[in-house]
Amino acid sequence: MDFALTEEHRMAQAMVRDFVHKEVAPTITEWDQKQDMAPFVLPRMAELGILGINIPVRYGGQGLDYISLGLVCEELEVVDATLRVVMSVHMGLCSMGLLQWGTEEQKQKFLVPLARGEKYGSFGLTEPDAGSDVGALRGTAKRDGDHYVLNGEKMWISMATKAHYSLVIMRTDPKPERRTDGMSAFLVDLSSPGVTTGDIHGKMGVRAGSTGWIAFQDVKVPAENLVGEEGEGFKIAMSCLDNGRYTVAAGATGLIRASLEASVKYARERQALGREIGKLQLIQQKIAKMVRWYEAARLLYLRAGWLKNQGVRNTRETSLAKWFATDMSFEAASEAVQLHGAYGYSDEYPVERYLRNSKGAVIYEGSNEIHTLLQADYALEYRKDRPLRCELPAYDPETWQSE
Amino acid sequence: MKVIVCVKQVPDSAAAVTVEGGVVDWGDAPLVINPWDEYAVEAGLLLTEAHGGDVVALSMGPEDAKEAIKHALAMGCSEAILVSDPALAGADAQAAARALAAAVEKIGDADVVLFGRQAIDSDTGILPPQVARALGWPAVTQVSALPAFDPDAKTFQAERTIEQGRQVVESKLPAVISVIKDYAEPRYPSFMGIRKASRAEIPLWSLADLGIEAPESVVTWPELMNPPEREVTTEIIEGDSPEEIATQLADKIIGEKVL
Amino acid sequence: MSNKVWVFIDQFKGAPVSSSWEALGAGRKLADELGTGLTALVFGEGVQAVAETAGQYGADEVLLADDASLTDFRPEPYAALFSKLAQEGEPAIVLFPTTTRGRELAAMAAVDLNTGVLVDVTEMALEGDAVVATRPIYAGKLLAKVRCSARPQLITLRVRAFGKPELDEGRSATITKVEPVMDEGQIATKVVEYKTTEGGVSLVDAGVVVSGGRGVANNPSLEPPADISDENEQEIWRAQQGFKLIGELAEVLGAAMGASRAAVDGGYIPYEYQVGQTGKVVSPDLYIACGISGAIQHMAGMRTSKVIVAINKDADAPIFNFARFGVVGDLYNIVPALTQAFRERLEK
Repeated sequence: MDFALTEEHRMAQAMVRDFVHKEVAPTITEWDQKQDMAPFVLPRMAELGILGINIPVRYGGQGLDYISLGLVCEELEVVDATLRVVMSVHMGLCSMGLLQWGTEEQKQKFLVPLARGEKYGSFGLTEPDAGSDVGALRGTAKRDGDHYVLNGEKMWISMATKAHYSLVIMRTDPKPERRTDGMSAFLVDLSSPGVTTGDIHGKMGVRAGSTGWIAFQDVKVPAENLVGEEGEGFKIAMSCLDNGRYTVAAGATGLIRASLEASVKYARERQALGREIGKLQLIQQKIAKMVRWYEAARLLYLRAGWLKNQGVRNTRETSLAKWFATDMSFEAASEAVQLHGAYGYSDEYPVERYLRNSKGAVIYEGSNEIHTLLQADYALEYRKDRPLRCELPAYDPETWQSE
Repeated sequence: MKVIVCVKQVPDSAAAVTVEGGVVDWGDAPLVINPWDEYAVEAGLLLTEAHGGDVVALSMGPEDAKEAIKHALAMGCSEAILVSDPALAGADAQAAARALAAAVEKIGDADVVLFGRQAIDSDTGILPPQVARALGWPAVTQVSALPAFDPDAKTFQAERTIEQGRQVVESKLPAVISVIKDYAEPRYPSFMGIRKASRAEIPLWSLADLGIEAPESVVTWPELMNPPEREVTTEIIEGDSPEEIATQLADKIIGEKVL
Repeated sequence: MSNKVWVFIDQFKGAPVSSSWEALGAGRKLADELGTGLTALVFGEGVQAVAETAGQYGADEVLLADDASLTDFRPEPYAALFSKLAQEGEPAIVLFPTTTRGRELAAMAAVDLNTGVLVDVTEMALEGDAVVATRPIYAGKLLAKVRCSARPQLITLRVRAFGKPELDEGRSATITKVEPVMDEGQIATKVVEYKTTEGGVSLVDAGVVVSGGRGVANNPSLEPPADISDENEQEIWRAQQGFKLIGELAEVLGAAMGASRAAVDGGYIPYEYQVGQTGKVVSPDLYIACGISGAIQHMAGMRTSKVIVAINKDADAPIFNFARFGVVGDLYNIVPALTQAFRERLEK
């Protein structure tokens, strides 16, 4: 078993780390306070190829592997969760959804501009009354000749006001046998008539980003934009989440690392009781816990990334990685704030932002309660993954890096 | 046009370096491209983007010293060469300069050789003029801009930052140029560059390949020391007048040799 | 030409660089220890006076090359001349100040003469005629003792690491004229023009930083102009007077200016000057904190400075725990006095 990262992995990781530290970190607190996304972030990530990092070159991407995506997400979140959220929705949910389920025509038409960063993508599943209970989804898509007509409202959509495209799940069959049947996935161009979007402010965290709602009023979507087959919407959504939550797991791991790094630095500087507080045992305990959580979270997400590279179904492993990393990032951030004392409670130091950001990830991409039940179901063998009609392609450097 | 950029591999500048058992120890800190050399690579890439041609990254070190050179490739250099020979271990600046000059001659047809201002480990900054001298070429150091560069006419103009201000010089090509931070922000390696660099086979040139004998090293470092422990003993300066206090303070500060 | 210790006197536009005299003083000490004479090298145009001053600072002999081709320093003609003289005279030791010119000249001469350069040394000791020098490496994180087995030993001295010698106006050296080796047509480089640098030093790169904190506004005796009636505006005006003084000190030291968060939040100075946890992190050789209390979030931005100097009215300010030198006093009195003291010592 080779635990070593390749040179390619390390160089890609270093490049993204340099970029976010040089260009985003200096002003991130400001944008977090403004509750807005810095206008240069998306264009720069596009320019540098980050928005297409693990998409094959022939689909406009950079041809790196799924582990690279994880490493990059870890680095992005060290500076701020909002940067990684971009990857979660644009890449994990939307682009990789197309990579897995799209036809060749759809990939050429939509995936290429997404991978090139010419267009930004988002994911439209959640509704005001449908979060964990996806079966309660109410939005509809009615077939009418050569197009579908979409109606409904999606909420808590990252990049709602920034994205050009959204992979949207709507009900095509109003009276299915099971609640989770009868849904379909559509690649919607958000500039279509009838689409309105808006930002949601006042979130506890992930403030330097873009979260909002998308409303569909008789929106005509060409039939060619149906992704997968009618009725496959739920399966498609769940497989997209396998990729979204992989990026969340990697990101939360980065957040644990950020808490750890900030805490080590502060513990070596701050003096109390005649010495640096790093010498005090209860402070040491906090640091030690963060190390434990970081190393375990890292191995879990890398293992999930490795499985994706192999083309092996990884729903269980990704869920485990997400659940662990996000819960632990909340704990780590909380310990970090405590370790910083009153300074941790102020925005002078970044740890309070880490804590506010961390809570979001415990809630989204499958709340951790959902993951608890998933893991129990797997262990008790109440749940078994059946092969999907379309699987996420395995990574192959030859074919992925050729034009 | 052919540009050669000399790059060196050094411990990361954030590394806590200490002397352990007479040798420098940088712990787990990674080995990276000398930060100044990134500016030189950027300068080289900008020159070939303007005038066409290729940038060759040239480095000297042990066989596995590939980080610096791979970074240069990932930034966009088309080729890389590592001069490596056990006889060059511990080479002083002059010896290194002669070896690099031989490599430049073996590569052949270079219009310009670029360096970063200095290496952050040895901190001497003398390699660029020494390589120039060994090649019999002019050296223009501390360059912050190249307002004119004509590879066909074989002339160029450079803006240099010296202690007293900015100086503009004109010189002939081929030449050795060392650049400073003001030149241009180095680009990040692209993912495509990273892919290429990680797959690249870096040719190793030994002294035999260069066709020279081991140059003699005359500068030795018989001892390495950790700097004396700076106990911050605070000295409060007192006096009867601000002038008296200021005089004492100024002298003490000058005595610390930090100006 | 049998003197064993030589010193290269660096000059710019005919004016000697003061670190050259430091090198001359160090050379004098070495020459005396070796029981030999001291030769100074002066190259340039219209530099006769520099040659005479070299005598007054302790040179026994001066090799003077005064020629139009040497007006501005260019490595090739200077190196060619130097190397010829060194080959003929066979000194054991040649000292240079570590200026851009001194460094380049020593570097090229080393290649011509098949010898080595000990660069930017801060200490020297003799073992026979061999110099064992100390120099900083890894940005000063470590020190190395270095020596050169070949002759001449070319050594560049760190600026301000060696004291300036006494000037003896009655002293004089034997001045020998030498001719340049290259004529203008052979020289590949020409100096086109020169402009002084405008603009300040970048805070992050600066070797010296002078910062102001909340204390800069603390001068109630200062009367703001009549048209500033708002109390807040008056405070800002006072602070700006304080920052003017800090700016003058910074200028004399060639330093960058910085500020604490309190000063920035108070509107005294723009955010780009802020040093601290939020703000810039700096690590200069010298950090002078004026009217700054030294709370941990400011310290986070500058605690790795080599030498910290604190000037504060409050003797209990935490910054005094980190400072190498402290003055409990009013920065409005101390800072201008310090500026003057440095002006005298640094000849600015």
